[in-house]
Amino acid sequence: MSGFDKVVTSYDAALQGLDDNMTVIAGGFGLCGIPEGLIAQIQKLGVKGLTVVSNNCGVDDFGLGLLLKDRQIKKMISSYVGENALFEQQLLSGELEVELTPQGTLAEKMRAGGAGIPAFYTATGYGTPVGEGKPVREFNGRPYILEESITGDFAIVKAWKADRYGNCVYRHTAQNFNPMAATAGKITVVEVEEIVEPGELDPAHIHTPGIYVDRVILGSFEKRIERKVLAKEAN
Amino acid sequence: MALTREQIAMRVAQEFKDGSYVNLGIGIPTLAANYVPKGIEVMLQSENGLLGMGRYPSEAEVDADMINAGKETVTAITGASIFNSAESFAMIRGGHVDFTVLGAFEVDVYGNIASWMIPGKLIKGMGGAMDLVAGAKNIIVTMTHADKHGNSKLLAQCTLPLTGVNCITRIITDLAVMEVADGAFHLKERAPGVAVEEIRQKTAGRLIVEGDIPEMIF
Repeated sequence: MSGFDKVVTSYDAALQGLDDNMTVIAGGFGLCGIPEGLIAQIQKLGVKGLTVVSNNCGVDDFGLGLLLKDRQIKKMISSYVGENALFEQQLLSGELEVELTPQGTLAEKMRAGGAGIPAFYTATGYGTPVGEGKPVREFNGRPYILEESITGDFAIVKAWKADRYGNCVYRHTAQNFNPMAATAGKITVVEVEEIVEPGELDPAHIHTPGIYVDRVILGSFEKRIERKVLAKEAN
Repeated sequence: MALTREQIAMRVAQEFKDGSYVNLGIGIPTLAANYVPKGIEVMLQSENGLLGMGRYPSEAEVDADMINAGKETVTAITGASIFNSAESFAMIRGGHVDFTVLGAFEVDVYGNIASWMIPGKLIKGMGGAMDLVAGAKNIIVTMTHADKHGNSKLLAQCTLPLTGVNCITRIITDLAVMEVADGAFHLKERAPGVAVEEIRQKTAGRLIVEGDIPEMIF
């Protein structure tokens, strides 16, 4: 089974080959379902000029926000970046470029990229700043804009469990963008809470088949909560 | 009297039909979940990948892997489903979500909406709003009729960068319920004690008032 064994045992091995000016696609929604150890490793490597594709950019001291500190990110492609003072600072000073992309379009760009579809038409963003300069075509009387898909040099993904073959399952809403990110990397690295033997995961319940996955690493996660809100009635 | 935020949310909740799938934006729209009328069941869609969003958790139930689109901890109801972001927006964009309720800075008589960006202020991003207004069957905008300085938010033409075009059909403000059609706002209901004249005054875009306009009933 060695040919299909995707497990690596060090973060150095997990992100071997990551270099300056590469595009990195990252799973996660806010701080939920983010590959914490892989982000920390990118910080440690100190690679610069990255284009990072991720729905959000973490917070100042956690998640992808860590990469802003050392100015490792040149460009962010995201749908929402409102939680981050460092981000604001670098954006206003012109050090950081941002391409705001509607959330569904972003997910579809990753999905299409991984599926070998170079572009797709969507009504989302037509007539708005997002549609400016993009080809428009009418279908059934409604205008749609052409959006190009995204692939990355690396995809960094957080899953709940993976087997050695790289078959992955996600837990609850920590799934979010991770399955799409997993398909869209030239090299896809998955950081997991648990590695199991092939056969332990029900084949019909696999979210990401191992064919998309190049490396699996066992991580340990802080799982920071961005907004803890409790039910009013004590129960 | 102008409606409170809670009253706007109560009026919004009256729109829901039994068996509706509903996506609620942050703010007043989220409050509408508290006022769904008795006998009506709705299922809440949260665009980060949850259909069947439940209440906030107890301390013991808090789970970092269970959040809503506002990044708040949340629970799932019995019968919920959880899926990835592409699937989530497939159901939104594909027109499978029955109602979307969201706030706005401006709406105009063509059903255009501006809700995500004020030039000169920091741009935080549109999140899922552009996909939601492009895809939902019924989009309800909730907002105050005028801003703090008394300027109307219901315009002949939006001045801010748009979130979507020709997509808004219903607006519920602190003063009125309106439909948008044929290049005009059509007044349907007024807040209890609010005169049609006040609504007319605070509506910059073309307003059509036909017959007696009933007061909202709570």
